[in-house]
Amino acid sequence: MSATSSSTRDLHAVVSPHARVRRATRASWIGLGVAVALILVAPIAPYVVDRGTQGSLVTLFSLIVMATMWNLLAGYGGMLSIGQQAYIGIGAYALVYFADTLGLDPFMAVPLAVVVAGVLAYPISFLAFRLSGGYFAIGTWVIAIVIMLIVQQVPAFGGGIGQTFSAFSELTPGRRIAYVYWLSLAGVVLAVLVTYLIMRSRLGLGFTAIRDDAVAAGSLGVRVTRSKRFVFVVAAMGCGLAGAMITANTLRVQPDSIFSVNYSVFMIFIVVIGGLGSIEGPILGAVVFFALQQWLADLGSWYLLILGVIAILITLLLPRGLWGLISGDGRIRLFPVGYLLQPRPAGGTGAGAASPAAPSGT
Amino acid sequence: MSLLSVRDLDVHYGDFQAIYGLTVTIDEGETLAIIGANGAGKSTLLKSIAGQVTPTAGSVTFADVDITRTPPHKRVPLGIALTPEGRRIFPSLTVEENLLVGAHVKRKGPWSLASVYEAFPLVADRRDRLGANLSGGEQQATAIGRALMSNPRLLLLDEVSLGLAPVVVEQIYAALPAITSTGTTVLVVEQDVNQSMKVASRVQCLLEGRTVLEGRPSDLHRDQIASAYFGI
Amino acid sequence: MQWINAIIQGILLGGLYALLAAGLSLMFGVMRIVNLAHGALAILAAYLGLVIVQATGISPFLALLAVVPIMAAVGYLLQWGVFNRALSMGGLSPLLAAFGLAVVVTQLLQLRFSADLQSLQVGSLSVASITITDQISIGVLPLITFVVGVVVILGLQIFLSRAPLGRAMRAASDDPQTVPLMGIDNRRVYALATAIALATVGIAGMFLGMRGNFNPTYGDAMLIFAFEAVIIGGLGSLWGTLAGGMVLGIAQTVGAQVNPSYGILIGNLVFLAILAFRPTGLMPKAVTT
Ligand SMILES: Nc1ncnc2c1ncn2[C@@H]1O[C@H](COP(=O)(O)OP(=O)(O)O)[C@@H](O)[C@H]1O
Ligand SMILES: [Mg+2]
Repeated sequence: MSATSSSTRDLHAVVSPHARVRRATRASWIGLGVAVALILVAPIAPYVVDRGTQGSLVTLFSLIVMATMWNLLAGYGGMLSIGQQAYIGIGAYALVYFADTLGLDPFMAVPLAVVVAGVLAYPISFLAFRLSGGYFAIGTWVIAIVIMLIVQQVPAFGGGIGQTFSAFSELTPGRRIAYVYWLSLAGVVLAVLVTYLIMRSRLGLGFTAIRDDAVAAGSLGVRVTRSKRFVFVVAAMGCGLAGAMITANTLRVQPDSIFSVNYSVFMIFIVVIGGLGSIEGPILGAVVFFALQQWLADLGSWYLLILGVIAILITLLLPRGLWGLISGDGRIRLFPVGYLLQPRPAGGTGAGAASPAAPSGT
Repeated sequence: MSLLSVRDLDVHYGDFQAIYGLTVTIDEGETLAIIGANGAGKSTLLKSIAGQVTPTAGSVTFADVDITRTPPHKRVPLGIALTPEGRRIFPSLTVEENLLVGAHVKRKGPWSLASVYEAFPLVADRRDRLGANLSGGEQQATAIGRALMSNPRLLLLDEVSLGLAPVVVEQIYAALPAITSTGTTVLVVEQDVNQSMKVASRVQCLLEGRTVLEGRPSDLHRDQIASAYFGI
Repeated sequence: MQWINAIIQGILLGGLYALLAAGLSLMFGVMRIVNLAHGALAILAAYLGLVIVQATGISPFLALLAVVPIMAAVGYLLQWGVFNRALSMGGLSPLLAAFGLAVVVTQLLQLRFSADLQSLQVGSLSVASITITDQISIGVLPLITFVVGVVVILGLQIFLSRAPLGRAMRAASDDPQTVPLMGIDNRRVYALATAIALATVGIAGMFLGMRGNFNPTYGDAMLIFAFEAVIIGGLGSLWGTLAGGMVLGIAQTVGAQVNPSYGILIGNLVFLAILAFRPTGLMPKAVTT
């Protein structure tokens, strides 16, 4: 618990002497414990579960990464994108290019692919940021389509047919899937951790201010556009990572499917169902979504239909999603990114009874 | 029987309470002035009467009908019209279109495009100009005209003189007799005490959401008002 | 010569895009809602027409008389059931609700009609054309579509500038908090705006179905083309939207003339170029009332 970070000290100065500022609650200590335990246990999966299950877990991890990134964009940056598949595709193609075409070590190729996604996202942001709100959403989609259409025209990338990812072909299937699993596990932990650190930073407070009121935040000196661009690039890198994870798992890239808008549909539904604007929401949402996907898989088109109806209902009735329901609208936080303003109790500690302060509130 | 009766009103904005147990009554044909410093709760009172905020306790009764929870658009047909603080003229509509939007609810009465133009020559001259291109005084006159178009029984005026040159304020207040002479009840809110004392038959002074002074202008002493106004 | 032909076809195609875009523009103008379900609803209208035509054997033009009011009713109900509530919740809610709706409508159509390509049969009209020169001829159906697009935009423009309801819509667009003080119920104005928007979507969907093939997934492209027409033309200008539709149409047909697989790509690139170099569009707020 780093109660000494400079932004916390600033807050101490402005709140009344009858309240105290805290970030961690008892729940967040439990959350940290569970998270650490999961991270410690997860790596042994290849020794205890079969390949199919490992593959499924990689899929789940990629969903968590995508949803976490989408939430960073929308839940904190206020940017609703329908075009994150652009960076999934870029990450996927970059992985194949570096590992197969250039023959780099696949474990080097993944971080490089992530960097490529970020480097391309930077100039793209200048175009996308000319639009806002719903038009930004469609604009990002158009950009993703254009990138796909261009990739389809490049013979070196396999045109419309795509390419096979063969850097792992010398490995036995068991070994390959274990490597991909560990890689993805590292990826998902990193993605959540980075998001968490961004949101806890001074920058993160600024983002929350932007989400709540961009004009006011701007007048308070938050560099609105620069902060948004930073989030946009980070989210692109995260999606690039997810693309690399997917490709390493499926061993194929094909423009129509890796640039499919369905990835955005998934991200949006996951975040809406899990809860927009919290670290926990997208993780919970991804698990629920994944379970529904397995459970409803036989229903074909019905499953997206049902998810769509659920997403609409949650948007209208439960804007903070399932996590909002579980946490009592933000009172419980496993990953405290805001500040809690507590009435200073006369005696005892009463850690559970905190109410959220403005930054992490509504 | 009073036309409007606000009883024991509490209004909150989130955790912040803006009005505490306020009671205001107006008889038909009366002109009541609510005065008070910035933040006293004057606009909040008018918004509760017009329906833009919902009180947390108390009641608003208009012509014997309890309208405490009636949405704003259903209060206009009953005869309540508000000229909001800041005028809120529709910028992309012309002056005449602004007036016509005000006539969406057409109650019976003397006010029409023609009579508004007659009462406010300032508005008549600008009828084809866009709301966005009006001066403050022109906006204010248009806003009052727009409210009159529904022929209200009770006209609520919020900060008519705010930000206007004294000459312009004179011009606008000059139309007030034409409004009250038709029997329209008027509730004016002003920070400018002198102006409201001139037109009102009764004055009520608010401080931090409570009534601190009430009476006929002729019965009230300057010092009394000053201390009520500033809470000293 | 074939280039001139491509440009003429592009202009006519632009009429369809403008027709598609008008409703998107109207909903954004009045409520600041970007209806991400716009394209899916256009395809819904086309299927609605298909069902009516197949059940009764009437011409698609007659079916319009049923499709347009049904779509208007759908719009009215959608606004009351979904969008008004989403608007009151603020933030990203309207967009998320519209996005969910787009997926739901598309999947429903997929379930009911499968992904098979369909079209609305208009008999000999589909091939009828007016010959200008040996190489240039104007299809009658594309021409009718274009004229209908212009008429719809003209009609919307007159409605917004003259009709009391149109005036109320502009007022609500300016200042939704103040409109209720005039005795006007915003939610009702919004519901009527969406009803009108979806009536135009109904027309657009029907002409789309008469001019070519469609399946449930075509809604995505329709949303994007409508959006591009709006942005190219400049937000807030219906005539700009018509111009934007024509620019997009020309870009696509000329692109396809270069290489059949380039049409969509060139259209998108022209859109991005305008976004980069003229972000307010060709006719920003030029002809708004
Ligand atoms: N929308 C609002 N949200 C929060 N507080 C408000 C809001 N509107 C007014 N207030 C607060 O309520 C009090 C009364 O405001 P108001 O009625 O506007 O006062 P007046 O019109 O007398 O200047 C003030 O302290 C003001 O800050
Ligand atoms: Mg005020």
